[in-house]
Amino acid sequence: MSETIRKKGRTGYVLLAPAMLWLALFFLIPFYSLLAASLFNKGGSDFRGYSMVYEWSNYADVLKAYWPQIVRSLVYGGIATLQCLVLGYVLAYAIAFKAGRWKNLMLVLVIAPFFTSFLVRTLSWKLILSDNGVVVNTLQFFHILGPTGHLLYTPFAVVMGLTYNFLPFMVLPLFASIDKIDYRLIEAGGDLYANPVVGFFKVTWPLSLPGVISGTLLTFIPAVGDYINDQLLGSTQTRMIGNTIQALFTEANDYPAAAALSVILMSMIVVLVFMYVKFAGTEDLL
Amino acid sequence: MRWLRSHLVLLLGILVLIYTFVPIAIVVMMSFNKLPSEQSKIYKWNTFTLQNWLHPCADPSMCTALKTSVEIGLLATFGATVLGTLAAFALVRHQFVGRSGTNVLIFLPMAAPEIVMGSSLLALFVAAGFAGQLGFWTILIAHIMFCLSFVIVTVRSRLAGLSDTLEQAAADLYATPQQAFWKVTFPLVFPGILGAALLAFSLSFDDFIITNLNAGTTTTFPMYVWGVSRRTIPMQINVVGTMMLIISVVIVVGGEVRNRRRMRALAGPQPVRPDSVVAAAGARSTAGHLDAV
Repeated sequence: MSETIRKKGRTGYVLLAPAMLWLALFFLIPFYSLLAASLFNKGGSDFRGYSMVYEWSNYADVLKAYWPQIVRSLVYGGIATLQCLVLGYVLAYAIAFKAGRWKNLMLVLVIAPFFTSFLVRTLSWKLILSDNGVVVNTLQFFHILGPTGHLLYTPFAVVMGLTYNFLPFMVLPLFASIDKIDYRLIEAGGDLYANPVVGFFKVTWPLSLPGVISGTLLTFIPAVGDYINDQLLGSTQTRMIGNTIQALFTEANDYPAAAALSVILMSMIVVLVFMYVKFAGTEDLL
Repeated sequence: MRWLRSHLVLLLGILVLIYTFVPIAIVVMMSFNKLPSEQSKIYKWNTFTLQNWLHPCADPSMCTALKTSVEIGLLATFGATVLGTLAAFALVRHQFVGRSGTNVLIFLPMAAPEIVMGSSLLALFVAAGFAGQLGFWTILIAHIMFCLSFVIVTVRSRLAGLSDTLEQAAADLYATPQQAFWKVTFPLVFPGILGAALLAFSLSFDDFIITNLNAGTTTTFPMYVWGVSRRTIPMQINVVGTMMLIISVVIVVGGEVRNRRRMRALAGPQPVRPDSVVAAAGARSTAGHLDAV
């Protein structure tokens, strides 16, 4: 195949301009507004208006007030990501190497839940985990859960919902990565007397690392910022950073605090992404 | 025992898939459930009924919300697909200064948490004095914004897989550039564009977090579900959920069948895939790869 030649001239700019302008106007500039809003005076409101006073203490205040929610989001997001990694890896590996002619069907089934409304799906977990539901009754029968124990409105339910909802984000990049692995390499590992476990950690896992990295990032980022799962499956004891930001914006109308929390969430994620990429040392991300 | 050992991974994989379908099965099941009269039994199976399917608009506000979602979804899909396709052509086929900056700008909206994007857009609308005018148009603006990157990435990957030899051949055969584009390039890229459009629609239709912050008093379908989740939940939302599943499965299977037929006609040795839709969903998940195309 011959190399595609990139045409010179103005056409490229003309084609690119509308999309970039849209992103600049409604993605980049809003960031600036967010940063600005996070430094507005505390006394402002919708009616009286805000003034830009470089109120850096907004940050200290929200950190002090909402650090439990921040830590909780990281913990819940982290556990959910780990669970997705385990479940997703098994599924992606099975599709890539074991599914044979059912490969396409299984891939379609992975993305099919995507197409039923996110909220409706999450609500159906409410039914599954409800106090008289099958899961609770079974657990109570085996005395894993006390007779008055419940699952709904606990951290367990929230992490469960996060794991469920973001699993496809993990499976697809993992599949893309594992599917590229030459299966002969794994067989060669077996021929060289590696037992399956050693073989997995010496051959398959390192080769699938790009998928592991993009999968964990793509699961962790939305999971940490999510508030739907927590609002529907959790309680006031399980509130996450997303819920807090949303409530501050839409209910308390405290724009400076909400904006400051958003900026904190965004910076945490940027730092994490960079650390992760650096640690993992993959160039094909960013 | 040996059979079990060699099929263990596949069995576990199938178990995971079953787990992802449990809530879907519940959605389908509940679409046939008669709403219990007692508030406390709301999340329970009551009795079988077809009423939910026969009267989907029993709560008119649900259908109004649904209509709003479809309208916004179609407009946002149109806007994002047009802008995104143009940009994808520029990225693959044209030279310009600032390529890496452009790539970062395309990548960021896919990596930023929705709550941050939603709240910054709200901060902008408030700063610009539009706090009172939040509604249909602000939702549309937001939806085009967050669908755009996904469209660009999907179309770009399709376009990057095509060499321009065919266009050159068309030019050699005295096709004008316009003819070469519309007769050769565009038909080849079209499946990618279609996949991108489907992805954009499903992203727009299902979005809650960004929409909720910028919607004012307008209600979309996910916002309606959110609203009723604290009160009595009409079982009709499960009808909508089931319909969405059926429609998308029909689209995916239809694409697959068409694909197979075409592949058989070409008798090529290529593996068949439900390409457009898997590629589209894959774009969402492999968006992390910012290859310097």
